[in-house]
Amino acid sequence: VRIDKDLVAASATPLVLGILAEGDLYGYAILKRVGELSGGSMQWTDGMLYPLLHRLERLGYVNSSWGTSEAGRRRKHYAITATGREALAERQQQWTVVADALRQVWHTTQRPPSVTEGWA
Amino acid sequence: MARAELEAQIGRWRSYVQRRQAISAADVDELEDHLREQIAERQATGLDDDEAFLVAIKRLGNLDAVSQEFAREHSDRLWKQLVLLPESTNDDDGGIPAWRELAIVLTLAVGAGIAVKTGISLIVNENVFARNLGLLVFPFLAAYFAWKRQLSPYVAGALLIPFAALAVVLNVYPFTSGGSAELLAVLHAPVVLWLLAGLAYVGGRWRSDSRRMDFVRFTGEFAIYYTLLALGGAVLTGLTLGAFSLIGTDFEPVLTAWVLPFAVPGALVVAAWLVEAKQDVLENIAPVLTRIFTPLTIVMLLALLGVISAAGGLVDVDRELLILMDAILILVLSLLLYSISARDPLARPNLFDGLQLVLVTAAIAVDAVMLTAMLTRIAEFGFSPNKIAALGLNVLLLVHLIRAAWLTVGFLRGRRPFGQVENWQTRYLPVYAAWAAVVVVVFPPLFAFA
Repeated sequence: VRIDKDLVAASATPLVLGILAEGDLYGYAILKRVGELSGGSMQWTDGMLYPLLHRLERLGYVNSSWGTSEAGRRRKHYAITATGREALAERQQQWTVVADALRQVWHTTQRPPSVTEGWA
Repeated sequence: MARAELEAQIGRWRSYVQRRQAISAADVDELEDHLREQIAERQATGLDDDEAFLVAIKRLGNLDAVSQEFAREHSDRLWKQLVLLPESTNDDDGGIPAWRELAIVLTLAVGAGIAVKTGISLIVNENVFARNLGLLVFPFLAAYFAWKRQLSPYVAGALLIPFAALAVVLNVYPFTSGGSAELLAVLHAPVVLWLLAGLAYVGGRWRSDSRRMDFVRFTGEFAIYYTLLALGGAVLTGLTLGAFSLIGTDFEPVLTAWVLPFAVPGALVVAAWLVEAKQDVLENIAPVLTRIFTPLTIVMLLALLGVISAAGGLVDVDRELLILMDAILILVLSLLLYSISARDPLARPNLFDGLQLVLVTAAIAVDAVMLTAMLTRIAEFGFSPNKIAALGLNVLLLVHLIRAAWLTVGFLRGRRPFGQVENWQTRYLPVYAAWAAVVVVVFPPLFAFA
C-alpha cells in the first residue's frame, strides 16, 4: 500500500519524535528507520526531512549537534528533548484517539458493498 | 577513476544547491552526508556509481520544492545578512582573520579621533583648523585602503607627495583670515583629498576605468552608510542629552569636547569599512535611489526653469541662489553617475535611459541659464575668487553634461555601445580633482590671499 501524501505529512512529526525517543540519530538513519517501521510503504522525499528537523529544533523538540561519520564527514545528529517528549506524548494520545475511532468504525459498519460490481 | 567521476558529480551538485539562498552551507553539508549515505547503500546493492548517484538525487526530491520548504522554515535567510565577522572555518584558506581587520579599523578610527582632538586643542584659530581638518582625517582613511589593498611603496609615495604638498600649501600660504580665498581652499581641499583616497582605494590602478567606476560606487554607498551612522549617532546623543538634562547634568560640554571630535572622523573610517565588507553581500542602494529621484529631479529642474524664465532671467538674483544651483547640478551629476554605475552595459536602451537624457538636458538648460547670469554679474561687478571658482565649476559641469547627453543620444539611437557613455564619466573625474587642486593652490596667490 502507498500511503497518501497528506497522511505522511500529518504523521511525520510524531514518527520522527518517536524514532528519536528510541535514541539519537542522524537524518539518513531516521529515514531508514521510517522505511523499516512501515515496511517501505511510507515514502518520503528525503530532502523534506531536513526542513522538518529544523522546525522541530526551532520548537525546542529536538537538539542537534555536529559530529563525524565513520568516513570522517561532518554529520549532524539529532536528540529529543524533554519538551519533545511531552509533545510526543500529546501526539500519541491524539493518534490513539484517532486510531481507536477508526478501528471502531471499521468493526461496526460492514464493509461497503462493491457497488460497481452490483451495477454491472 | 570512477571514484573521481562520482566526486565531481557530487561537487557539481553541491555548488548547484549552494546557490539556493534558503539553504545554508551547513544544510548543504547535512544534505551531502545524506546523499553519500544513500549512494553507498545503493552501491552495496550492486548499482554502479552513476546509477547510485541518480537514484540518490531522485530520492532527495525536487530541489525547488525542498528549497521552498527550507525557505518556509528559515525565512530570515532570504534577507541577506551582512556578516562582518564570519565564523571561522576549519579549512585555512590563508585569508586575513576578520577580527584583525576589525582591530585595524577600530585603531584607525580612534586614531582619526585622536588626530582631530589634538588638532582642536593645538590649533586655536578656527579658520586654520578648518583648513587642516581634512588633512588630519585623510591619513587614517588612506591607511585603511593602503592596508586593505597592500599598496606598493611606489603608490604610497604617489599618495604621500600630493598630500604633503597640499598640507604645505594650506599652512604656508598667508591667507587673509576669513577671506574668500581661504573659504574656497577649505571647500576644495577635501575634494582633492577624497580623490587621493580614491587613488588608494583603486590600489594605484587609477588608469583602469572599471576600478574608477568602483570608486564611484564606493563613494555613493559610503555617503549612504555615513548618513545612516550619523542618524543613529544623532538619535543616541539626542536621547543622552535629554536624559542628562532631566537628571540635571549638562552633557553638552562632553559632547562637543569629546564625543563629536572622535565620533565624526571615526565614523568615516567605519563607514569605509562597512562598504568594503558588504561590497558583494548586499545590493547597492545608491542606484536604487537614483531610480526614484531621477523623475523627481526632472520635475524640480523644469519647475526651476519655469520660475527663472517667469522672473525674466537671473541677472539680479542673490549670490546664494547661484551656490544653491551649483549644489543642484552636482546632485544631478551624482544621479547620472550612479544610474550609469549600476547599469548593465550590454542591456538594450530602455525607458530609463530616455528619462536620464531628459534629466541631463534639463540640467544643461539650467546650467546655461546660470552661466549667463554669472557672466553678466562678472561683467557688471568684476572678478572675484568666488565668481571664478563658481564659473569654473559650472563650465566643467556643462562640458561633462553636454558630452554625456551627446553620447547618450548616440546610445539611444543604437550607434554607440553603452561603454562609451560609461567611460566618459570615469575619464572626466580627474578633471574635477585638477580643478579643485587649482582652486586650492593657484587661486590664493592669484587673488593675493584675500
